[in-house]
Amino acid sequence: MSACQIRDLDDLAAAIPDGAKLAVSADYSGPAMAATRALIRRRVRNLHLVCVPVSGLQAELLIGAGAVDVIETSAVTLGEYGAAPRFVAAVRRGKITLKDATCPAIHAALQAAAKGLPFMPLRGILGSDLLKHRPDWKVIENPFAPGDSGGDPIVALPAIKPDVALFHAPLADRDGNVFIGRHRELMTMAHAATQTLITVEEISETNLLEDERFAAGVIPALYISGVVEARSGAWPLGLWNAYGEDEAFLRRYVAAAKTDAGFADVLARWLGEPAMAAE
Amino acid sequence: MNATLCSEAVAPTRQELLIFTIAGLLAGCRHVAVGAASPIPGAGALLERARSNGTPRVSVLGSTRNNFFTNGGVELFDCAAQGRIDAFFLGGGQIDGSGNVNLVGTGSYPSTEVRWPGSFGSAYLYFLVPRVILFREEHTRRVLVERVDFISAPGTSEKGIYRPGGPHALLTNLALFDYDRERRRFRLRSVHPGHGIEEVLDNTGFAFDRPDTVPQTPLPDHETLALIRGRVRDEIGEVYPRFVETAFPSGV
Repeated sequence: MSACQIRDLDDLAAAIPDGAKLAVSADYSGPAMAATRALIRRRVRNLHLVCVPVSGLQAELLIGAGAVDVIETSAVTLGEYGAAPRFVAAVRRGKITLKDATCPAIHAALQAAAKGLPFMPLRGILGSDLLKHRPDWKVIENPFAPGDSGGDPIVALPAIKPDVALFHAPLADRDGNVFIGRHRELMTMAHAATQTLITVEEISETNLLEDERFAAGVIPALYISGVVEARSGAWPLGLWNAYGEDEAFLRRYVAAAKTDAGFADVLARWLGEPAMAAE
Repeated sequence: MNATLCSEAVAPTRQELLIFTIAGLLAGCRHVAVGAASPIPGAGALLERARSNGTPRVSVLGSTRNNFFTNGGVELFDCAAQGRIDAFFLGGGQIDGSGNVNLVGTGSYPSTEVRWPGSFGSAYLYFLVPRVILFREEHTRRVLVERVDFISAPGTSEKGIYRPGGPHALLTNLALFDYDRERRRFRLRSVHPGHGIEEVLDNTGFAFDRPDTVPQTPLPDHETLALIRGRVRDEIGEVYPRFVETAFPSGV
């Protein structure tokens, strides 16, 4: 689907097919929550969720809504609000396939895809139970280790090439260039993914690449498949330098989502509510 | 003068003693990084910086003012691999006597009975940062276990595995331990004021070494306490506003 066909959140949700390998940003790095709501409304199923490198409420809601088959992540947590109850319940019931990772492994595997490489080596990990449960991670010998060193085992991670990368940013322009500032992992996600779909707070009438002061913090439209304007698009989470999370919502959520019925109720309400104006 | 008088009047809180103890573990570091959800380690690193003329550099994740990273989430890890980070902090749902850390859960993986968030960067940073300080306030047998249920990051590695980093110390609400990499064991360094060796033994699920006479963890002097309650409080408050409201005596 080309950018011109994506006009609103429903178009965007329709462009993410069931079964997609979907990369999402961390809750603190521009989570596309309005788009996530549209995805759940369209009853997306069988997602392979890649959290870059962790997630919170976004993964939690998708899991609770039954949209996720596989989750590849270094953690799922609601931070100071506590454990993510639907994630924890799904793990206990064996409802989702876990690909437990460590943060730099997810970054490195995306970098491999961005470079068109089959794998990326990474230090550490050896001797952990993560490695034991990740048959897709291999231990290889460093081919450049000095001959007298007795060898240098190193972990090789297969590239992660998401079908779609999805996140929310403060600003894009009419040409589809997207400002991400210092949140460079979003650039890597866009480089690695086949398609990148973005929601933004605002559309700029001037081209963001024209200003040298901004250009290095901008993802060029070359990598972007669709941009949709969504005010407060990260709500009930926050957006860096723009607005904080909706504390009252999150407290209500963790209390309600402890049970299946409580979650169903809070989800239905969230799907029905208009996005709360950022304060 | 007022700050000094107030400090004399109000003894250090539990959190202030931990902040002071962490600062003492960072002597000589050039760059200390502090991960997510770590207000006490962050305050400890900022205290060490405040009292030693700006060394070490401190990068607090989530901070705008005290954060050197502009290359996204990967930069902390790249920095660590280059040897540019001397100290980092890890917690753990379980920590065992060999220094193995479990951030995943208890019971049989993957359908763990209790599931914690996940391993974050531990499986990597534990190998690469020379001084990893294990920090967990709760000191009980359910946290400090003989053997972790899941190894997010191993305490030690076999010969031949590239590993400049590893555990340096373990700090809890009760005590401070050093880690002996040769013996692959913790050694009790001191017990915090108000607690005793029996309490530490009763609440620790693993065996550890200890000196014949176990010293008490030193308390901050008045000047240091004033620094914690002034500059450090302000600096850490940027990232953890709710923490500073509860951790420091009010009205100081």
